[in-house]
Amino acid sequence: MSNPAEQDATSGVEPEVLRDLHRRMVRIRLFEEEAGKLMEGGRMPGFLHLYVGQEAVAAGVMATLRPDDVITSTHRGHGHAVAKGADLRYMYAELFGKQTGYCKGRGGSMHINDLSIGMLGANGIVGGGIPHAVGAAFAAVYKGQDSVAVPFFGDGATNIGAFHESANLAAVLHLPVLFVCENNGYSEFTPQERHMLLKDVADRAASYGMPGEIVDGMDAVAVYLAAQRLVERARAGEGPALLEAKTYRFYDHQGVKGLRIPYRSQEEIDTWKERDAITSLEQRMVDAKLAAQDELEKVWSDTREEIAAAISFAEQSPDPDPAHLLDNVYTV
Amino acid sequence: MREITYVKAFTESLMQLMAEDDNIVVIGEDVAHYGGVFHAFDGLWKAYGEKRVIDTPISEMGFIGMGVGAAARGLRPVCDLMFFDFIGVALDQLYNQAAKLKYMFGGDVTVPLTLTTAGGAGLSAGPQHSQSLEAWLAHVPGLKVALPSSPYDVKGLMVAAVRDDNPTVVVLNKRMLGTKGPVPEEIYEIPLGQAGTVRSGRDVTVIAVGRMVAEAMTAAEELGKSGVEVEVIDVRTVQPLDSQTILDSVRRTNRALVVHEAVTFGGIGAEIASQIQEEAFDYLDAPVLRIGAPFSPVPFSPVLERAYIPDSNRIADGVRRLLERSGG
Repeated sequence: MSNPAEQDATSGVEPEVLRDLHRRMVRIRLFEEEAGKLMEGGRMPGFLHLYVGQEAVAAGVMATLRPDDVITSTHRGHGHAVAKGADLRYMYAELFGKQTGYCKGRGGSMHINDLSIGMLGANGIVGGGIPHAVGAAFAAVYKGQDSVAVPFFGDGATNIGAFHESANLAAVLHLPVLFVCENNGYSEFTPQERHMLLKDVADRAASYGMPGEIVDGMDAVAVYLAAQRLVERARAGEGPALLEAKTYRFYDHQGVKGLRIPYRSQEEIDTWKERDAITSLEQRMVDAKLAAQDELEKVWSDTREEIAAAISFAEQSPDPDPAHLLDNVYTV
Repeated sequence: MREITYVKAFTESLMQLMAEDDNIVVIGEDVAHYGGVFHAFDGLWKAYGEKRVIDTPISEMGFIGMGVGAAARGLRPVCDLMFFDFIGVALDQLYNQAAKLKYMFGGDVTVPLTLTTAGGAGLSAGPQHSQSLEAWLAHVPGLKVALPSSPYDVKGLMVAAVRDDNPTVVVLNKRMLGTKGPVPEEIYEIPLGQAGTVRSGRDVTVIAVGRMVAEAMTAAEELGKSGVEVEVIDVRTVQPLDSQTILDSVRRTNRALVVHEAVTFGGIGAEIASQIQEEAFDYLDAPVLRIGAPFSPVPFSPVLERAYIPDSNRIADGVRRLLERSGG
């Protein structure tokens, strides 16, 4: 968890950074909640893995990255894309399966990517994107660039071979990778204590000779500070590290209401919701007089407007033309 | 023309490719310091250094996935899978990742990855070091799969594969590594998706994959003594498959036999036979015949393994059966 010095209101972080973290989190929250409504309303096809609750992780890490730093993401990837700076119009368009979407309607919710902002894609295979981040870091070093790569993955993914092979490879090749584990306590519907005997995923780092740190994933400032340190370390050529952010997803594994089979208690959910990362950051900013309530509210209302426009853009966009079904199967 | 071995042709292709393109890196187990277990990478590390020739841990999923990521970021990695049989531990990175990124990311990402590997039976390597699994990969949209049948083809297909912007698997045949043949010294390409008609004939078309081309040539030679003219087509790549060359030939010979080292059931021969009946049914004087391995793992014992792998005798028998069937 964050050290005591980081637990005061703002930890000496510049107000501009706090506003940035807040804005990134609000954008994720509203993007996801609107997506949830669209799905529930039957207006959007496919699966939806909502990121709500975990916003502090994406926001905190992404605020430390440059556009040329590369991330890879997961099936629960909207938050990473939004925080990295993806265009919400193209994201919604992809969720609707439209030609204007990031994947031209060929990928859907689980495959948002935008190389121009260093988003090397969300991945529908658990652990699937982790080696790609190692490869991106390899390519950066090869070309003499000082960018870093950050694969995001969950606690469940740390049981899969791709994670272990990637961690060992990055370590032995001394690559600038920050492995970010978003530990939301559940591997789909299976609680952590039933899928690994470790309490802390960060302990796995020792197996690969890299530092492993734990941070409060409900505290964007704490995530920001920890990520900043480890990203700069990697950028300076000191090798990879593993950051475990303890967090929680407010919605189900998939969809808004999920399968309605209880596997976690309402008390547990409520306890985590009391620690909502956005509410707590807002409180701290107001308490420290770094933001007025109406300034914060304006972020919400501006974002709502942006999102309404993005959804409208997406819904009005053309469907892909079946005549072009085979486009991009191969590079010709 | 000078003659060099199949494996030497492979090494030479990489040596020359790496000289022309700084973005090419070689990644795999024991490929750098040791030069690869089949000496296929001999000299590359010395010539290009550890920046471009990288030894990895035994982590096929990890380093092939690293190759995918590096390819997406502008490099042109050549990843080596020591034995084709090991593909199972890495398959996700090939069929769900390398093959699909371009498509599912809307065309923005290109994955110019080459995966080299060694397949095929005949060395008593046993059930887990002898397989021919090309049909698995040919079934995946987004991948290309080449199976060179000679030193000349090894070099030409490797050059095409590495220069290609799609993920491409080049399957060397272990038993052919020491086979010598003419290979030009300069760099050249054999286009992926262009079959070779390696022998012309008017009676029967034999469509062969990989090392079976040599067996088919031996059978054709033998049959030629009794006046049977066999046309032998080397598919060279099973994805893309050069259907046109195959169909054109069958429309002339009216008889077709497909032979590969992989098990017959669900092998690439099934696809080829099916395409022939769909597109050239009216030209056929006999059903298309498939020759492949029986539906069993590859056995270890030399006696069993010889019985397992298709050879020139079985191909010749097959051709005779086709001729008898159609009154030829």
